Amino acid sequence: MKRVYMDNGATTPTAPEVLEVMKPYFTDVFGNASSFHSFGREARNAITEARDSVAKLIGADDSREIVFTSGGTEADNYAIKGVAEALEKKGKHIITSSIEHHAVLHTCQYLEKKKGFEVTYLPVDEDGMVNPADVKDAIKEDTILITIMMANNEVGTIQPIVKIGEIAKEAGVTFHTDAVQAVGSIPVDVNQLNVDLLSLSGHKFNAPKGIGALYIRKGTKVAKYLHGGAQERNRRATTENVPGIVGLGKACEIALNAMDEKSAKLIALRDRLISGIEEQVDYVKLNGHRTERLPGNVNFSIRYIEGESILMKLDLEGIAASSGSACTSGSLDPSHVLLAMGLTHEVAHGSLRLTLGNYNTEEDVDRILDVLPKVVTDLRAMSPIYNG
Amino acid sequence: MYSDKVMEHFQNPRNVGEIPDANGVGTVGNAKCGDIMKMFIKVEDNIITDVKFKTFGCGAAIATSSMATELAVGKTVEEALELTNKAVAEALDGLPPAKMHCSNLAADALKKAINNYLGIETDDSDEVHHHHHEHDEF
Ligand SMILES: Cc1ncc(COP(=O)(O)O)c(C=O)c1O
Repeated sequence: MKRVYMDNGATTPTAPEVLEVMKPYFTDVFGNASSFHSFGREARNAITEARDSVAKLIGADDSREIVFTSGGTEADNYAIKGVAEALEKKGKHIITSSIEHHAVLHTCQYLEKKKGFEVTYLPVDEDGMVNPADVKDAIKEDTILITIMMANNEVGTIQPIVKIGEIAKEAGVTFHTDAVQAVGSIPVDVNQLNVDLLSLSGHKFNAPKGIGALYIRKGTKVAKYLHGGAQERNRRATTENVPGIVGLGKACEIALNAMDEKSAKLIALRDRLISGIEEQVDYVKLNGHRTERLPGNVNFSIRYIEGESILMKLDLEGIAASSGSACTSGSLDPSHVLLAMGLTHEVAHGSLRLTLGNYNTEEDVDRILDVLPKVVTDLRAMSPIYNG
Repeated sequence: MYSDKVMEHFQNPRNVGEIPDANGVGTVGNAKCGDIMKMFIKVEDNIITDVKFKTFGCGAAIATSSMATELAVGKTVEEALELTNKAVAEALDGLPPAKMHCSNLAADALKKAINNYLGIETDDSDEVHHHHHEHDEF
């Protein structure tokens, strides 16, 4: 059975071209970038080049504004805790949204519970969109940080970051965005967005897992995150993950060159998948904004059935997808994102996320459209709340 | 994460459906929690001759429903009342720990159907009780 991977929002395979450029850095070019000798220099040069590629992809003026991290989670933690610590004398109020990834939400909750910060969790509309006016209204004298994601990982809604950035700038409040789902997928320009800090993660766009970066605009006050050696201009200690960094650099280079082509392809596949599901399956609701949406994201609530059992049936057919049901979120509640968008628990339990990536094809879409209606019919036949 | 037996019952659930002339019906769970199980029983001469179920829920909820119906058929009412959620899970070679609490309610549904047959009022607060979890929604 040919398997279909449609969970690119969770992670993507490392591109062969990326793996290829990484390989020498495990073996031949293995030096410690802090070392004086030629081995160290080779590693250092590779890091410099990769840093330039990352800076270029996100429109950073200076590649020194890029700090490599272990991924999106660390970049989010670094940004939020770092600003909180650096500015706590100035104020202890943070503004975020109710649909952030847990890397942001749980960090904010930690500051709230353990460090005496006050956090405003802004609501979203039924499409999962933050209203910039709400951000403006939430700003107080002691607001030190606004952190709003650029694109939501579950429902794909792209947030009005440009407008929020303008508001933050005008108010003189530091602005961070978790752009983990956006970078590599849609155009991201830190100057156009007016962000001070931006998180990205390699494994969401065909670089390996365990490598990411935080963009820190020159002049932004952020406390040091990892204490130790002087790596990353004294901001993040630990011997650099050179192969990972090289891989991230290559993935950024590919993303920049192929952005238009990739997104056009994914949008076409996405929209065919969306309309196909809407045509073939009744009682479904598209979650997330229909157009202000990540090119690869499809998310439906499928009424009267539960998400995990949908995933299990798809998995038995070799189709990999994900869900916001409680059973798959590891807690008893369904996705906080879907609940924040106003879905009832029942409908939120029945969500299905299909996320397309570089390697998906028309045939993959056909396969989903062939298998999913049958899965839904089977499960509904079993459902006590479905009256045919 | 699921045993082969759970997967087998999930793929080929036994006794799905309704019994139009059931003489006992019981429902547990609620959609908020993500699981609803509805059991229909047919009792003749104190023997459970037929059981059918309808379930909204995860793989474990479907498999436990299926297994419970298999275990109940042919039993006397008294024997069937002894069936526990734990026994259903054991018959499936166990469930992941997280599922023991939330999706393992089939024996409760059966019990409710039997009590309904026996004319015993059951406490319907059960419909909303079974996870008084903290709602840390933010
Ligand atoms: C929006 C968002 N933020 C943060 C993360 C965490 O990234 P990482 O897995 O690189 O730590 C993810 C990925 O799961 C994400 O989708």
